[in-house]
Amino acid sequence: MKIYIRSIGNISPDPTMPPTGNRLTAAEPDYTAFIDPKSIRRMSRIVKMGVAAAYQCLRAANLSQPDAIVTGTAYGCLEDTGIFLSQLIRQQEDMLSPTSFIQSTHNTVGAQIALMLQCTGYNNTFVHRGFSFESALLDGMMLLREGAAQSVLVGGLDEITADSHTILERFGLYKHGAIAGEGATFFLLTSEPSGKDYAVLDDLATFYKPATTTDMAANIRSFLSGHSLKMEDIDLVLAGAAFKHLCGEYPTASAFALAMAAGMTGPKRILIHNSYLDIHHSLMLVTKC
Amino acid sequence: MSANNKSVYIANKPIYIAGLGLISAIGNDVAKNLHALENGQAGMQALQHLDTVHRSAFPVAEVKASNEELATLTGLTDDDGRPPVNISRTALLSLVAAKEALESSGLQIRGGTSRSQRRQLRLGLVSANTVGGMDKTEHFFRHFLNDPQKGRLSEVIHHECGSITEWVADQLGIHEYITTINTACSSSANALAFAARLIRHGYLDAVVAGGTDSLTKFTLNGFNTLMILDREYCTPFDEDRKGLNLGEGAGYVVLVSEQIAATLQSTPFCRLSGYCNRNDAYHQTASSPDGRGSYLAMLGALESSGLQPSDIDYINLHGTGTTNNDLAEGLAIQRLFDPKYPPLSSTKSFTGHTLGASGGIEAVFSALSVQKDIIYPNLRFQTPMKELSFTPETSLVKDKPVKHVLSNSFGFGGNCSSLIFSKP
Repeated sequence: MKIYIRSIGNISPDPTMPPTGNRLTAAEPDYTAFIDPKSIRRMSRIVKMGVAAAYQCLRAANLSQPDAIVTGTAYGCLEDTGIFLSQLIRQQEDMLSPTSFIQSTHNTVGAQIALMLQCTGYNNTFVHRGFSFESALLDGMMLLREGAAQSVLVGGLDEITADSHTILERFGLYKHGAIAGEGATFFLLTSEPSGKDYAVLDDLATFYKPATTTDMAANIRSFLSGHSLKMEDIDLVLAGAAFKHLCGEYPTASAFALAMAAGMTGPKRILIHNSYLDIHHSLMLVTKC
Repeated sequence: MSANNKSVYIANKPIYIAGLGLISAIGNDVAKNLHALENGQAGMQALQHLDTVHRSAFPVAEVKASNEELATLTGLTDDDGRPPVNISRTALLSLVAAKEALESSGLQIRGGTSRSQRRQLRLGLVSANTVGGMDKTEHFFRHFLNDPQKGRLSEVIHHECGSITEWVADQLGIHEYITTINTACSSSANALAFAARLIRHGYLDAVVAGGTDSLTKFTLNGFNTLMILDREYCTPFDEDRKGLNLGEGAGYVVLVSEQIAATLQSTPFCRLSGYCNRNDAYHQTASSPDGRGSYLAMLGALESSGLQPSDIDYINLHGTGTTNNDLAEGLAIQRLFDPKYPPLSSTKSFTGHTLGASGGIEAVFSALSVQKDIIYPNLRFQTPMKELSFTPETSLVKDKPVKHVLSNSFGFGGNCSSLIFSKP
């Protein structure tokens, strides 16, 4: 079965704007185009970005409701987590407000999308560092192959907050030229072609700590040979160096890369190779429609 | 997941449960948990290990071991020969239970079997948790709030949910496929279902699946702000229920394909015969008045296993003890099962609500129920709920065959998942 990328919704840093120090900030849209103003006030930044990107994606496909919603986020709702944690410490566990706790769970974005669309279908959230988006994507692909869904909304999203940036800087993540990034990218995957699809998502593979367990070059050859392809059959390899100056480095940056590949004109067969901290490697094979 | 490993989905491929592992307030392993269940011993008491101002306000179901004791239980030692006492409690709980599950399955991943056999076994870890290493982050944040350059970074290396899973996977030598799910309180039920699908698609042969969560100030205070914590021991499905007791622990099963099951020495505990994930799409934290998500999840699980409501011999309820959950879940059960109800009970009356671990812990209880023909009591039940035409089981039942068990897990964000466990 072929899996089609019908539409894309993407909120990411503005490519015409330089980074602020070692940080790229997502260019947020006018949310009133997607969300009613009462809800906007209640939502944290990552929830707004996620919900808006999901709406962009569904509107582009002219679909009111997908059969399933699957999100991937390594950090979840950092802003609300930080607010509740700070209150808890500063107020010594007294007189806390439930709002930030309620919205701190990692599945908040997937839940809010379901709530706004009144979508009672399959709903899952993966929270595994540099595999968060890849896990969500695999779940979506499996749902289509199972016939459990004909359309799946799959998204990858992560935010930077002041605190998280300070902590990741202290870990030395941006010492060697890497720039922190963030974004929310959603895809509508379908099992039937529409005639207007961006691309076919041929396959996905993930490799955990390949440096200690496998050889990535051999993994790539083997991944391609599974589709009777060789390296020379690939028109473009999209590795981190080709996209992370645009979106910055974050655990779900591979979602941005997939959107970029799917939106390209010119190359027909594209291989995306993402490495997150050399711990999480993923390969995605995309054929343009 | 290996490259060159294309999906060939077989919908009815049997999924066997070959191993069980468990740690909760009622015991540090499966046998001790079973003993407590059979003897009606609940795990709630005043807090011993978590440092909070609410220490005496709310009973909690804490695992009866300090971090030092848990670290020793893992059997690990660092370079200096000391157990890993500074690791997040969430990770320690997870490793203790996941290791027990793997050992009880008879699968050999390190030593024991030939190198080629080890290479052939494609083993994954699909784990769930809701707040990762928050127990350590809370401590870090106290210092960080005063000065952003303060606080020991070693205390936040496991802040992310996924890093808990990775630490456990590394200790167990699992690397073929690793992921983490967080759909709040239904997380680990989704971990089991996702793991089963990875086997049915032919990506993996065996998966350790379940979840873990430790008590934290973050969750205790969070649930307190929602005013759904009972100041007494919780009373699920009782007319006078007043809320939930938080708990902690970890529960894992080892799911294997038929081919792998055939190579193991012992008979599988049971099969995971059905699963379904639906969303209530009603409110971020509250269940819809008629429990539509719960109803759809139970209905879907029955359909996926090819069973009728009348085939179910026991329902392990989500049954948190909150006004809202028990009513929504109860009405959904009434709609699906009326007029003939199987025995049902909430084992959260023993373990408290262990959040991201609850689906895994209750999967182990359900598997034992099927294997041993045993139905657990719903402790402290007194008064039937006026909206419902059924009441939970109040005593231990051991004289009826249990072929199929339905287990419910519902969470914030409207996430509703149901699993069905069946005799092999």
